[in-house]
Amino acid sequence: MSMMTEAEAKRICDKVLSLAKADQCEVQLTGGRTGNIRFARNTVSTSGIVDDIQLVVAVAYGKRQGTVTTNELDDAGLERAVRRAEELAKLAPENPEFMPAVAKQTYKPSNTFYESTANITAEQRAQAAADSLDPSRKNGLVAAGFLQDNAGFIAQANSNGVYGFQRQSGVDFTCTVRTEDGRGSGWVSKNVDDFSKMSTSLASEIAIAKAKQSVDAKALEPGRYTVILEPAAAAGIINFLVFGLDARQADEGRSFMSKKGGGNRIGEKFFDERVNLYSDPWHPDVPVLPWDGEGTARGRVDVVKNGVVNYLQYSRYWAKEKGVEAKAQPGNLIMEGGKASLEDMIKSTKKGILVTRTWYLRMVDPQSVLITGLTRDGTFYVENGRIMYPVKNFRFNESPVTMLNNLEELGKTERIAGDEAAVIMMIPPMKIRDFNFTSLSDAV
Amino acid sequence: MERRDFLKITGIGVGTMMVPVMGRAIAAEELQAPMAVAFKKELADAALNAATKAGASYCDVRIGRYLQQFITTRDLNVENVVNTESLGAGVRVIANGCYGFAATNLLTKDAVAAAAQQAVAIAKANARLLSEPVRLAAVKGVGEVSWKTPIKKDWRNVPIKEKADLLIAANKAGLDAGASFMQSVMFQVNQQKYFASTDGSYIDQDVHRLWVPFFATAVDQASGKFRTRQSLGAPVGRGYEWLDARPEDKIQAAGGVTTLYKNSYDIIEDARAAGKQAKAKINAKSVEAGKYDLVLSPEHMYLTTHESVGHPLELDRVLGYEANYAGTSFATMDKWQSKKFQYGSKIVNLYADKIEPGSLGAVGYDDEGVTCKRWDLVKDGILVNYEAIRDQVHMLGEKESHGCCYADSWSSVQFQRMPNVSLAAGKAKLTPDEMVADVKKGIYIVGAGSFSIDQQRYNFQFGGQLFYEIKDGKIAGELEDVAYQANTQDFWNACTAICDDRDWRMGGSFFDGKGQPGQISAVSHGAATARFNGINVINTARKIG
Repeated sequence: MSMMTEAEAKRICDKVLSLAKADQCEVQLTGGRTGNIRFARNTVSTSGIVDDIQLVVAVAYGKRQGTVTTNELDDAGLERAVRRAEELAKLAPENPEFMPAVAKQTYKPSNTFYESTANITAEQRAQAAADSLDPSRKNGLVAAGFLQDNAGFIAQANSNGVYGFQRQSGVDFTCTVRTEDGRGSGWVSKNVDDFSKMSTSLASEIAIAKAKQSVDAKALEPGRYTVILEPAAAAGIINFLVFGLDARQADEGRSFMSKKGGGNRIGEKFFDERVNLYSDPWHPDVPVLPWDGEGTARGRVDVVKNGVVNYLQYSRYWAKEKGVEAKAQPGNLIMEGGKASLEDMIKSTKKGILVTRTWYLRMVDPQSVLITGLTRDGTFYVENGRIMYPVKNFRFNESPVTMLNNLEELGKTERIAGDEAAVIMMIPPMKIRDFNFTSLSDAV
Repeated sequence: MERRDFLKITGIGVGTMMVPVMGRAIAAEELQAPMAVAFKKELADAALNAATKAGASYCDVRIGRYLQQFITTRDLNVENVVNTESLGAGVRVIANGCYGFAATNLLTKDAVAAAAQQAVAIAKANARLLSEPVRLAAVKGVGEVSWKTPIKKDWRNVPIKEKADLLIAANKAGLDAGASFMQSVMFQVNQQKYFASTDGSYIDQDVHRLWVPFFATAVDQASGKFRTRQSLGAPVGRGYEWLDARPEDKIQAAGGVTTLYKNSYDIIEDARAAGKQAKAKINAKSVEAGKYDLVLSPEHMYLTTHESVGHPLELDRVLGYEANYAGTSFATMDKWQSKKFQYGSKIVNLYADKIEPGSLGAVGYDDEGVTCKRWDLVKDGILVNYEAIRDQVHMLGEKESHGCCYADSWSSVQFQRMPNVSLAAGKAKLTPDEMVADVKKGIYIVGAGSFSIDQQRYNFQFGGQLFYEIKDGKIAGELEDVAYQANTQDFWNACTAICDDRDWRMGGSFFDGKGQPGQISAVSHGAATARFNGINVINTARKIG
């Protein structure tokens, strides 16, 4: 059975720990059910459910480590996994940077599970798809979308007495609506942990409206423009910034946070003072597990405070080397926003480009965090507070460091997860000046 | 069947756990004990029967055992050795004209039969949304057959110490040559895949893949600059023999700027070169933006081909099935139907295949039981075909699937994935040096760097690993901050020369993503060094505060 009670999960964890003969043992057990429905060309294309479970056993003899994953959880399977991990560890060379398993921790639970999501039926998924397909068909448009739900548990334990158990759930919906002639396209995304808060009908209205509005896009010259990035468009770019916040990379001279001559630039002001980023596992809108992948208890962390980078991620080894406190890897990212709605931000814009979605973002130069990517599924020219007309998509080459210095305005934050973001986020729409579009794309 | 019966049949019960530790590759050795084919057939039949009884008009079941080993190193340290194993069954059905899918990690007759019934229930629940029933191209059942990647040396037989030592030696070579940091990883994959369908096929396949990438980083503390150079060795559908480097498999890049590899890979030599080249990049000349003739090595071309040919010719994208995520395609069916669409210049011949020996995508049968083959995509520059699977080929007026259906796990539903897609070698004799000699103002690019392309595969931007200025037919020196931008059709029509088959070799992508839920696949792309005239090059250097 892939969904376990806490007692069942604890029994497995305890069994693994009792089987281990190595100096230390760490266990992570995850399981559950994922369900999905996918549609395209105004019809359902695939749909399915998967029950699975995964056990990760990591052991160490001295500084030798071995890790094994398996989904066979009978007694023989558990013993086999432990023995394999031990055999791997015995054969692995010593790692001078080895760190012992974390000491016993106290976890304050976070609210990551909803029965409404765990109980989703095939019929409910079909209805969610129908609520998107029907209005698209009625409008003479073509919808493609995806709804995915998951409900499961995670248990974490180690031979130092660490033990945590929590259930998790989530639902992600994205929908692209295109005109039949392929000249217009609109997109929407919505992520919730409680299925009762998901309305694919309301969400699809946004994609439908954008598809209609985006027909006959005009070509603007590439160049530097004021942009309004919707939260999903901004999230992907901000994501790359977070990748650069590793302390060791910075200290070793291979990050935008590296200081010329050695060391890092923590404590320096990199961004506009309105930029505030933090992580909080108990945030009511984006709760995440109160521990990280190693079992270290998470807490609230101020990453950027008033434009100053206050936080770098130290691995436990690097923290020891540098004599600083190791903190858990954050599981979410919250950017403080303002009070303005997206509509308010459009109203206050004299000339600019509204961007619905960013696509195929890739690092071009980690030295400057230069990212390339494209706009997609709804790019509009704004003048004197109104959306004037759709414009062809742009390729951009821009750095989030530069971008967050060129901040004009922040709007109300929204929960964002999925394609282009590594962690779940609360991100506001943001108005940025001098955003660097380098070429045009004919893609709709 | 109860769990203990399964263990008895597969021979991996308690009695076999006490494997010797020293001198053998332990877990890996144990992992080599395959699941008994007879047991898989029993499970498959249970699923097929249950689905049929529940009302399915078609059913296929995939029973998979996916084994992987990753060895990660940093400088002279082994960071971790990880073995992963995943086992389970996925059942796909058609009922009331609609697909349904369910997967379970429990390999008992009851569990797979329940999954089959669940899949049928899902199909029936969704049938009301269907605008057109699924139409599968006929496949004649092949009975009980097997296929295996033709490997000479199984990674599971190679002691971990030997593998770790090789990575550490490569890291040391890079550090000694000038890198400030070296990281390397060994990805080893074995997929034991069993497929059965109501067409009467029972196909047992054993697929092997290997990739050993490294990353050399040079840091100049005084200037605060850092640069990287990644490995030039390809990921392969070969055994561990890929790493037994042979002198006859080495190729000199144009102008002798570096050594490249064809049928085996000298990782130590490449790491040494990478250390030196990463350091040299710090002081390389920053490129002047403008139009250049590009000479692109196969180590670079694979990614360009992958993004601008492999993906846009996936028929599911063309039809709109990927519109919500991976995108659609500019290569619409009217262009193909015109039989005149000039995808590239007349010397451009691009083909798909699932049987190229040593390639990442090579298998005997795809994941819906179709025998694999090779076919043309672009012939003498004209678009002539797509990459399609059973439920699509009727739209092309074809009766047989192209055989490029794939699922990355037993728990993922199979769908259309890119086969190996390659650029055919030029017909006239031409070496990379001869190609460079004919270029007045150009850039020679080796290795793949950053890459990005729009959702219809028109506008792209690619970087690289090594960039050399070409002036009046000679390589003049190293460049940095290079990326080129083009429109796919313009780019392939700017192809003016392709080296001959002596220079043809494959690169590949080990983790190509597509689909919702997202899946990965691995594909190879072959090419010989090719020239593209008048391509727009931008300078990517930026300063931040």
